[in-house]
Amino acid sequence: MKSVNPWGAVSLLSAVLMLGPVSAFGACADGNTLHDGRLTIATGNPAYAPWVMDDDPASGNGFEAAVAYAVADAMGFDAGAVDWVRTSFDEAIQPGEKNFDFNLQQYSINADREKVVDFSAPYYTTAVAVVVKEGSEAQNVEPTGSALRKLRFGAAAGTTSQTFLSSVVMPEQDLLLYDDNANVIAAISANQIDALVFDLPSALFATAVQIDGGKIVGQFPVEASIEPDNFGLLMAEGSALKACVDEAITALKESGKLAEIESQWLGDGAGVPLIDLEK
Amino acid sequence: MYKLRLKSVSKSFGSTRVINNLSLEVETGEMVCLIGASGSGKSTLLRCINLLEPVDHGEIWLDDFDIAEPALDPDPIRKRIGLVFQSFNLFPHLSVLENITLAPCKVNGKSKKDAQDHAIELLERFGLADKAGTYPDHLSGGQQQRVAIVRTLAMQPELLLLDEITSALDPELVGEVLDVVRTLKAQQMTMVLATHEMAFAREAADRVCFLDHGSVVEIASPDQLFTQPAEARTREFLARLLAER
Amino acid sequence: MPKLNRRQLHDQAIRRRSLVISSASLFAVCAGLVLLVPMAPGWTAVKNSFFNWDVLVKTFPKLLSAFVVDLKIFLWSAPLIFVLSLAIALARNTRRPALFPLRLFGALYTDVLRGVPVILLVYLIGFGIPGLGLPRPYNSPYIWGTVALVLGYSAYVAEVFRAGIESVHASQSAAARSLGLSESATMRYVVLPQAIRRQIPALMNFVIALLKDVALLSFIGPIEILRQANVYKSLMANFTPYVGAAIIFLCVTIPVTRYADYLLARQRRERSV
Repeated sequence: MKSVNPWGAVSLLSAVLMLGPVSAFGACADGNTLHDGRLTIATGNPAYAPWVMDDDPASGNGFEAAVAYAVADAMGFDAGAVDWVRTSFDEAIQPGEKNFDFNLQQYSINADREKVVDFSAPYYTTAVAVVVKEGSEAQNVEPTGSALRKLRFGAAAGTTSQTFLSSVVMPEQDLLLYDDNANVIAAISANQIDALVFDLPSALFATAVQIDGGKIVGQFPVEASIEPDNFGLLMAEGSALKACVDEAITALKESGKLAEIESQWLGDGAGVPLIDLEK
Repeated sequence: MYKLRLKSVSKSFGSTRVINNLSLEVETGEMVCLIGASGSGKSTLLRCINLLEPVDHGEIWLDDFDIAEPALDPDPIRKRIGLVFQSFNLFPHLSVLENITLAPCKVNGKSKKDAQDHAIELLERFGLADKAGTYPDHLSGGQQQRVAIVRTLAMQPELLLLDEITSALDPELVGEVLDVVRTLKAQQMTMVLATHEMAFAREAADRVCFLDHGSVVEIASPDQLFTQPAEARTREFLARLLAER
Repeated sequence: MPKLNRRQLHDQAIRRRSLVISSASLFAVCAGLVLLVPMAPGWTAVKNSFFNWDVLVKTFPKLLSAFVVDLKIFLWSAPLIFVLSLAIALARNTRRPALFPLRLFGALYTDVLRGVPVILLVYLIGFGIPGLGLPRPYNSPYIWGTVALVLGYSAYVAEVFRAGIESVHASQSAAARSLGLSESATMRYVVLPQAIRRQIPALMNFVIALLKDVALLSFIGPIEILRQANVYKSLMANFTPYVGAAIIFLCVTIPVTRYADYLLARQRRERSV
């Protein structure tokens, strides 16, 4: 092409202008996202408080919503460049193309899962807590292993809480397992289980908001777990974005921003007694 | 002495009057043949006598009871009156022996052993002893109808109603069934038989009754009715039958 | 070997030819699957996620023991469904004016419960009724989950029974009544045996469907095979446990289906009903 089409030059120019923020990208994300210049983040459907408030991640309210925007920002995407999608756990791990750049819905990092998907560096480490209902027979249970073992427990299936329960607490009665935390709460409300185990933030939120007369018996010491319960951002196996995401999380940790978000949305479990598994 | 007396019996289905003010008497040990065109009310009349259809008006006396009384429980009355159907209506899920013993056991409270002994005796009498364990669908039409008669006889009815029992049969099978009826006649069984078999009616009946539009047109001895019918409608009917042959 | 006549020779030739054609086409399809599917770009990933031998071996024993829970629920639900649906069918069939409310109830019951997915019944009854404040053990998810299954399935099975009852010709009742059998004895000894026999294929379909739907109880707590597979899937981020569960289900449902077909064929031979 010898002669330069003046219209072509104009449109090229305007394209450069529109892509202005390109210069602000962290170079590592460049061209590695699903859609150029945009970051697609997935969360659960629905997403639960306190991780995402009011099931509205785009508001940036809630711990994971806030973390998502902070990570995006550190990677060079402003809030307007973030798209949200919803996935179930199964969709996140099924083979084939992913429809997100990263996915956060309290995914615990474990070795088996690492074989199929990539996890970022952990953005949160939680303890596991036991919740009972006031007015039930279990209301005054001691925070000791031997007392708790006598209770009938429920948990959400496939969660670290469940693994912890069956491998560390080992209650005498069969566990009851449910699809998600909402159903576990329904079961304790119906008195079908004495106690439930959630990660501590979910337990705090559940007792404060969701369960009438819900009460935290205690949290298990973190070192009791076989693996600490670390939440990571989930990415496709071999994602080119992983280094970039890890870098962003490390930066957020070092700057104290992550701790700030944590204390804003998750409060702290300082007042929750530790459960003595030896007793 | 009358076994059965119908007094002014009427029966309608919707607006169609099927039995119209019909009266008829049957003596003990007598065999009455009902003849008439299809739709003349023969089958309905038999079903009414058996209380399968409630009558609208009139009385049906069995011995000295009016069994048409609506307040009566029909079940104990039905077991005294046997009804054999054109289409046999054997129970296909039961063997021949079970077909026969069902009602004696469940209705009369007979022991299984007694009921079976009686059934086998009846089967032997009618040449069906080897069929006791067979299921109805493996029998010929004639055999099925004979079993159906035996099933009815096992209840030891005082009155036997036979509704076109040979109409569904191939011609070569009619004879064996009519033989059974002849045997029963010889045993003084009281019978009312609806039939198209004019030759048989003429040969075996004590009296023949011509029905038309749900009423008795003429009732007489077979000789009289077939050779010198008193009514014009009877003559027309018989003439039409002859023409069809 | 006896000498075959012309017709037999012809039939034999046709049989041979169709055997050749069918085995050739079967072979072609299988070879196509075996050769082509692994050539798909995502095959390695799918194989790892769905057909992972190590995961299968590791999870199979516990899946099998969880399946015992399904069998137990099935074994106590099926007779209850049989009884309740029969009662509903009889209620709908009643002609006595005094029993009209019963008939109305039967009609309402089938209309409403057939219109609601069984999974919703399991949720609503399994969580809802214990939520009223029943003491343990009467609020057990096993009890109320079973109630939900029984109510849901009975609505369908009652219709199967009713259709069966209506398919038995009125002349059968007439014959029974003419022998002096009461209405209920007629139903019990003459109509129902024929009705049920005729509906065995439909009933067997429900038996198999129930066997599978028992897994719905996992939603309200019990750890049966679907839940166990679901737990393994979450922990191992691998779908192979589901394949393992499917294999276990097939090991039961295929023989049941075949057995039902066999029963039916035998019955047809013996009684040609």
